[in-house]
Order: sequence, then structure tokens, then C-alpha cells
Amino acid sequence: MSDIALSPVGRKAFRLPAAAIIALISAATFVGVALATGEAAQLSATGIGGLLQRMVALGIVAIGQTLVIVAGSIDLSVAHLISVSAVLASYVMQGSPERILPAVAAVLAVAALVGLVNGFLVARLAVNPLIATLGTGLILKGLLSATFDNFAGSVAPQFQLFAYGAIGPVSFSLMTLLILWGGAALILRRTVFGAHLYAVGGNAMGARLAGIRTERVIIGAHVLASISAGVTGLYLASRLGSGAPWVGRDGLYDLESIAVVVIGGTLLSGGKGGVAGTLAGVFLFAVLDAAFNMIGIDPFLKQILRGTIVVASVAAYTFRTKAFVA
Amino acid sequence: MSALPLKAGSGALRRKLPKLRLNPVFLVLALLILAITWYNPSFIEPAGLMNFLRRAAPLVVLTCGQLFVLVTGGFDLSAGSLVTLTVIGGSLITLGDPAMTWPAIAILFAIGLVAGAVNGLVVHRLKVPSIITTLGMLLLLKGTALMWSGGSPRGYLPENFRAFGRLVWRDIPVLGILPVAVLVLVAVVAIAAWLLHRTQFGKLALAIGDNARAGELAGIGVGRVRVAAFVLSALSAVTAGILIGGFAGVSVDAGDGMELQAIAAGVIGGVQLLGGRGTVAGAVAGALALYALFTLLNFIGLPQPVRESMQGVILIAAAASAWRQRREG
Repeated sequence: MSDIALSPVGRKAFRLPAAAIIALISAATFVGVALATGEAAQLSATGIGGLLQRMVALGIVAIGQTLVIVAGSIDLSVAHLISVSAVLASYVMQGSPERILPAVAAVLAVAALVGLVNGFLVARLAVNPLIATLGTGLILKGLLSATFDNFAGSVAPQFQLFAYGAIGPVSFSLMTLLILWGGAALILRRTVFGAHLYAVGGNAMGARLAGIRTERVIIGAHVLASISAGVTGLYLASRLGSGAPWVGRDGLYDLESIAVVVIGGTLLSGGKGGVAGTLAGVFLFAVLDAAFNMIGIDPFLKQILRGTIVVASVAAYTFRTKAFVA
Repeated sequence: MSALPLKAGSGALRRKLPKLRLNPVFLVLALLILAITWYNPSFIEPAGLMNFLRRAAPLVVLTCGQLFVLVTGGFDLSAGSLVTLTVIGGSLITLGDPAMTWPAIAILFAIGLVAGAVNGLVVHRLKVPSIITTLGMLLLLKGTALMWSGGSPRGYLPENFRAFGRLVWRDIPVLGILPVAVLVLVAVVAIAAWLLHRTQFGKLALAIGDNARAGELAGIGVGRVRVAAFVLSALSAVTAGILIGGFAGVSVDAGDGMELQAIAAGVIGGVQLLGGRGTVAGAVAGALALYALFTLLNFIGLPQPVRESMQGVILIAAAASAWRQRREG
């Protein structure tokens, strides 16, 4: 079991981890496109800060998604939970600074509750995780669009510091992403819970027989994933100044968060992977976005290219596997 | 994907279940039809039922195709976007000219064939999980549809193209009315039932979904069967798109979310996700039950968003009750 937990990347001597390869290719692409299109300003500190800022929203939710996928589950409800969180934050806050704390608390509580429900459905009722989280996602979407049909309330000006404030070149939100990333890496590599996540994802039956309370592990992973979606919702509300019911859906956060996790080398079937790869995948997506903008590609062609690149970059990992994939 | 933590252990138990056991979806469907009739007594008359079947036809057709991918253990998330592409492509190829209807249909089916084959080959050869593959295809097809139409729907479908979804023959003995869409539905269901339950291909598809490695060792051409499953799903999506073009007209979100409805319909109909178990009768009943539920919620006057929430609840309930059955058996 601990073998699995410790093996993710870098064990074999002198082989560059996949995460580093993706990050290097992405960085080279960014520099190449910036020079080729004459947008050298993009290579300044501001330009790179802007590039990294593109990573925040997807990055935070993808970190949580990594944890559930490592545990052998998946979370398709994150996009709608992000919308719910963004709307809830700005609706509770109503522009008043003293309501920042209650709003954040409400969002995190709702997110944790959704995570508990997801985890309960998957672990206790043994509902297929795709179906369970698709279902809770639809429920959230329905409840949300039955209650709100436009921007609801607004966040306090002070709360916008979360998205726009910075210490030196590093914004608070980027710091949040890095802290959550470090936290998740720590959980996965250094804690018993992390080892259990790999064990349950790798072989649930074996983990159970080894005495791990698999249900608690899966529920815990889902709660963390939902909370990370809640934080992404808070960030979007802070950035937009108000939450709208479509921010999560339009960002395609459910599918994109899964895509970056897989691009980052985490097995979709669980038991193997880590957050370093995920962050590299998020970086790749940010670079693609920025590069498409610099080149000035038609938005629809952008969508086509994006779909192709997602599949191609996953294929770069998988095409050598002998195992059968579903 | 071994995502279902405790599934492996129940496998042996499940196989001992008696084969003929009434699929609960039929009971659910009957109850829903009774409930709709309660609100609208004319629903149960032949004309009412025919109209219901006509409206449900695209979802049923789509579910029949999706079923083949589901039983082989995959998912086809690109089906809904292929429906959209069919509607948009139909109007842009024909440009309203009735003479172009048949060439357009041929071209659309060819596009479907290619999209399905690419899905299947990428999953089988490049080993990309089908969720990711078909998600990529979803983005690609939707992007193509939007780029082709310039972002907003243009043109319109000629009358003989729309006839598939729209035309209703009247004064038919016994049935009263007979929509063309219902004929298409019956034909598709018959073909699907024959393929899955009466041919070797169907047996191989179920075997692969149950245990692909064993299938491979037993000498099944796993690749061909899987590619064929994705092609069938894509062809059913084109068929569903042609029907939708008939009654909904041209729009850029014509097929949005239909792939999830089709998967939900399969689950409600007792199809086992990740493969190995499923029947055409169950899937069709699942699709009809889902559409009956939408109709009922409409009669009750619930707004669209609440219907979505209900769909979520039903989805979870169906999956959870399938598990109870396995456990008790």
C-alpha cells in the first residue's frame, strides 16, 4: 500500500516527471507564441502574472477533483456547485463588508454538505459516482435557476481584494491556489488519510480488508472536492463582483477539471497520480487560452482545438497502456 | 474504471439471479402514464399516445444508440452535440432546397459515421478513457456546428426534411393518427433489439462490457465491437437530430444535454454502467419513463428548472435501487 502511495512520480532516477515536461512544453509554447505574434509585452512580469491568474479558478477546483479521482471516485457536480457558491456569496453579502464572514461560512457549509451527500451516495449507497454527482449537479442546477435568473446581490468591495489584491506581483488568489496545492500535496504524500486515498482508489476491496474504513475515506475526499469548488465559487464572485447562476456551467469546470487531472497523469480509475501533474495541466490550459488570445483565433475554432488538444494530450499518456480502458 | 468501490464483490452474487425478473422500469412507466392520464384523460387515447411517442422519439432513438456504448462499458458524451450538428448542418446543406434533402441526409450520416469511428478508435487504439474522448468530440462537434453557422442559426430546413419529425398521417385505422417519427422509432428499436439480442455482435458487446480482458483472451475482436458500438451511437444521434429538426427547428442548442438524458434513461431502464448488462426493452422503457416524467411535471405546471432537479433525484434513486436489487439477490 505504501508503495503505491509513494510512487507517483520521480521514483525512477533521472527521468523527468511528466508534470515538469508538460509545464516546460507549455512555457515554451507561451514564449514562442508571444514572440511570433509580436506580443513581447506578455513576457513581462505583468504578462506572466496575468497568465498565472488564468490558472486560479480552474486550479482550485481541479485540486479537489484530483483528490476524489485518486480515491477512485469522480465529481461532476462541481460546475453547478461553483455557480451556487458564487451566487450564495454575493446574495448573502449584499455589498456589506460585515457580512463577508457569514457569506464565506455559508458557502463553505453548503459546499461541505454537498460533498457529504455525494460521498454518502457513492460510499454508502454504492451509486456509481458519475451518476451520483451528475444527479446532485442537476439538483443544484435546478434549485439555483428556479431561485435566481440573473446576477444576485453583490460582494463587498473589500471582498474583491481576494481576486484583485496582491502582495508585490503575487495576487492573493494565486497565493490561495498555491497554499491549497501545497496542502493537498501534503495530504497526499505525508498523511495517513492521503495513503488511504491511494489505497482505496487502487483497490477498494483490498483496502477494506486491510482495515481501512473506505467509506470515510471516500466521503472525506468528496467533502474536500466540494469545498474546493466552493472556494472557486468565492473567487469568481470576488472577481466578477457578483455571482450569476451560469458562471460555473459556462466555465465548463466539471469537464475541464477532470481533463486537467487526467492530463496531469492521474489515473481516471484511481490509485495513482498527484496534484503536481494537475497543476501542470491547469498551466497548459492557461497557456492555450493565452496563446489563442494572442493569435486571435475565432472562438469556435478555439473550442475545436481545445477538444482536440485535451484528447491528444491524454492520449500521449495512455496510448502505451496495455490495460483495457472504459 | 474501478470507480465503484464495492462492485467487484457483488459480481458473483449477481450472476446467480434468475434471468427473467420483471424490470421495475415498466412499473414506473405504467404509473407515470396513469398519473398523466389523471391530469389529461385524452392522453390515453390512441392519438394522445401517438403524439407522446412522436415527442419522445428523439430521446428513445438516442438512448438505443447510447445503450450499445453503455453495455460495452463506455460513455458517449458527444451524442447531444452531434444532434446539434445534424440540425445545423441539415439547414446549411439544404439551404431550404427540397431537392437537397436526401444528399444532406447522406452527408450527415457520413459525418456521424466518421465521428463515431474516431471516438471508437481513439478509445480503443489510443486507450483514452471514453469520457475524455467523447468530451473532446463534444467540444469539436459543437465548435464545428457554431463555426459552420457563424454562431447563430441561419437558413431553414425544407419541408420534406422536416417531414420525418413533423408529418402525421391521419385517418389510420385503429391508431387514428400515425406520425412518421413513430415509424422511425419503431424501426430503430427493432434494429437495436435485433442487434443486441439476436446477433453475435450483441453477445460480444455484452461480453466485452462484462470483462474485456476475458473477451480478448477468448479471441473476440474487441476493437471492432467497440468501434461499432460508438458508430451505432453516432448514427442514432444523427437520426435523432433529423427528427428534432422536424419539430424544433434550427437552433444552436438543439441537442444540449440530450446525451445525459440518454444515459439517465439507460440507468433508469436497468442498464449497468461500466458495461455487461442491459436490454433494449429496458432502455426504451427508461427513455419513455423519463419523457413521461417531463410531460407529467409539465402538466403539474412545474417550471423547467424544477424538472431538472427532479431528473437528478430520479437518476440517483434509479441507480441506488438497482444496487439494492443486486444486494438482495
